[in-house]
Amino acid sequence: MLMTYTPYVALLFCVAGIFWRVWRWCSTMIGPEAIDSSPWHRLGVMVRAVGAAVFSRKLWAICRTLIVDVLAQWPIARQSKVRWLMHVGLFYGVLLLVLLHALDDLILADWMTDYASTLNPYMALRNVLGFLMAVALVAAWAGRRRNPVRKRFTSASDRWLLAVLAVILISGIILEASQIISAPVFDEMVADYWGSEEAQEIQPLKAFWSRRFAVVFEAPVDGSAESLAAGEELHIAYCADCHSAPRSAFMAYPLARAARPVAPLLNRMRVDLALWYLHFIAACLALALLPFGKFFHLVSVPVSLMVRAGGDAIDTLPENRSTRRAMGVDACTHCGLCSQHCSVAPIMTAIENSSILPSEKMGMVHRMARQKLSPADLRRLSQGSEICTNCGRCTDVCPSGIDLHDLWLASEADLHASGYRPPHGWIRTRSMAQWADQIKEDHAAGAEVEERLPGPKFTENPDTFWACVQCTTCTTVCPVVAASDNPKADLDMTPQQVMNLMRLELKEAAMGCRMVWDCVTCYKCQEHCPQGVPVADVLYELRNEACRRLNPDTDQGTHTRAKRGSGNPQENGTERFHDD
Amino acid sequence: MTLQTYLYFPGCRIQRFLPQYGTSTRTVMAALGIALDTTELNCCGYPVRHENFHAGMVAGARNLAIAAAKGLPLMTPCKCCYGSLKHTDFWMRRDGRLRRHVNTLLAAEGLYWTEDIVIHHLLTVLDEVVGADRVKSRIVHPLNQLPVAAHYGCHALRPGNVTRFDNPLSPTIFERWVALTGAKAVDWSLRLECCGHPLWRKNNRISLSLMNTKLADARQAGARLVTTACTYCQLQFDTVQADHPPQRGPAVPAVLYTQLLGTAMGLPDEVLGLKKNRIEWRPERL
Repeated sequence: MLMTYTPYVALLFCVAGIFWRVWRWCSTMIGPEAIDSSPWHRLGVMVRAVGAAVFSRKLWAICRTLIVDVLAQWPIARQSKVRWLMHVGLFYGVLLLVLLHALDDLILADWMTDYASTLNPYMALRNVLGFLMAVALVAAWAGRRRNPVRKRFTSASDRWLLAVLAVILISGIILEASQIISAPVFDEMVADYWGSEEAQEIQPLKAFWSRRFAVVFEAPVDGSAESLAAGEELHIAYCADCHSAPRSAFMAYPLARAARPVAPLLNRMRVDLALWYLHFIAACLALALLPFGKFFHLVSVPVSLMVRAGGDAIDTLPENRSTRRAMGVDACTHCGLCSQHCSVAPIMTAIENSSILPSEKMGMVHRMARQKLSPADLRRLSQGSEICTNCGRCTDVCPSGIDLHDLWLASEADLHASGYRPPHGWIRTRSMAQWADQIKEDHAAGAEVEERLPGPKFTENPDTFWACVQCTTCTTVCPVVAASDNPKADLDMTPQQVMNLMRLELKEAAMGCRMVWDCVTCYKCQEHCPQGVPVADVLYELRNEACRRLNPDTDQGTHTRAKRGSGNPQENGTERFHDD
Repeated sequence: MTLQTYLYFPGCRIQRFLPQYGTSTRTVMAALGIALDTTELNCCGYPVRHENFHAGMVAGARNLAIAAAKGLPLMTPCKCCYGSLKHTDFWMRRDGRLRRHVNTLLAAEGLYWTEDIVIHHLLTVLDEVVGADRVKSRIVHPLNQLPVAAHYGCHALRPGNVTRFDNPLSPTIFERWVALTGAKAVDWSLRLECCGHPLWRKNNRISLSLMNTKLADARQAGARLVTTACTYCQLQFDTVQADHPPQRGPAVPAVLYTQLLGTAMGLPDEVLGLKKNRIEWRPERL
């Protein structure tokens, strides 16, 4: 009873979960477009747009994507042939096992009149597919271990997927072995298909099956030639229609042979039944888990790829922008290829923030959209977002065809709208004097001040400034000063005044100065300084130190949906959406 | 005949935002006998330098270490990448403790910075390796005294002791190379000033003000177009100017130097990508 309904319950979970995920595509907001549309409206727009694409010439592109990208998995092959072999092995291994083995009653039993799971070629095929799956699983695991970036960021979801599949696979192989050796299963089969109660009549069959089919009986069997010949006759009469010799189960059979010494014990414990339950429940669990975690990429990647093939008519509708991005986030398999090719990934060695890596930023963006990030997390995401140079390599290599580039621009706009800006933005939230006060407070509280890593450290060395005679050359040549009608109001100070603060060892006062942050880094000041003061390098160092020591303090920030879109887009040059 | 092979460093922006600079650079250089080797490189470190000196160092040094491993000099068409890589090289040479620190980080990947890596900008390759004579013979459509404002770009030029690009106070390289195309390099007072792009999206008001002042000066000097040899300068003068047209006077087209030279060399427009520039400029004779 339990076993009859468990698959249906799992299926119910699976279908309900898929609907839930689709609903999340339509209720997640990523990016500034159509922020007032309801999920139902977005679902409607998406369904209509996809429908229109299916009934247009785009159908060819969609079918092509289905064949080339989904079934042949060409996008993976383009990146790495080894990875393609691994993924195709796993995908088709699992898919065919589901169709030919798990659903054999529904599919093979209807098509093939003489189908039996213990007959060849089905038995051998099952083992071939199991072998394929085993190799692919080991390759997937090894691939994660071998690459340092992927190894370091392997998540629980990655492990779960491989673990559940491994449990199903291994339990299946051992189950088959335990059934081969099982005397109780033999007895049950005899009772069901022969019906003889006479122990003497069964003896020859037992002898035959003990010798040829590796069943282990507790009582010794008569292995004489006559007995075996009689057994073979009985076998042909009653068993052969459904049973091929177990040797062709090349994964399970050696295991069954190896288990001979302990077989009586295993048979008495009915280990075969225990394994059957384990195998069955694990498979049902996998079905029920499909919409959750990484398993869902089985649905989301094909859907995302095919919707993309539907073309701009779908993508450009403002209501669909967020939906497409949410689909994209769901289509991420956390394979880590993007991070392997990320242009700014090496920066991770100097700035410890996993949000720099696209594969990790992806999850953060999703959690931001679901409003599940703490202010500290949002600050980290903001830093990762700002360090990204938008080179687009992540998008070019993504085997799931996710438009990561678009996702980064959209999430950056969301971060800005929520008050999380890069340093050049957040430094403006306070005045020079307010920042100086904060530094004093932090200093009193014992905050770390010193830069421990080696480097020029101009600002820590009084010799840097001793030659400055306040001649104002730096200020005279500065194009930023020249661009201002009122430098005092716009910039707080001129470069030469900043240098004067440095001479007076008032570095802390200079860090929040507008001039430091509006420096255009043209290096004219430094080039023209008659005394050789590295003015522009000092300004760079002041910005570095401010990033290290000042706290953007966006806790009072406004990360709520209601406030979105209220920002003045042109203010201080931080547009909400910009493609440079 | 190949004169020299370089490791090509396009930087992060060209592929997505300025593909015409990539295609025109490759075509012009190939036509002049410069082979460009490619491999996957990372960010030069320029954008992150504002925030963290060491992050910029590691990023820059990793690229240089890859060039060292390949045994090739490096060439970039972007002046910000050039300046940043030179800055990295300068400090790696100068500061032993820093060098050890960065090399320890690079060692995890089996990479190592060495001091014999040669860093070139597109213009210095033309000037020092290809040479004017070789180019002169390739000019088939001289630009007929077209008045052009050559924009230098700060990060290649200054600080001169780090970049070693040309005389930082009175450079001549760009004007000489503009003249080779048959165009006339106009004399304009703001030729060494900043384009404004480093402050774009950081302080747009100042960024646009710097750009407009500079373009007005070029116009006043009689220039019909401004030519750049830097990804960021071009993005500023072309993309940003197209999105924010000047309030006074007409827009000044910005043309990449490789597009200008390629036009004079009679290279096809598909590779030069003049049509991809946002502000249109069509050479008269074509």
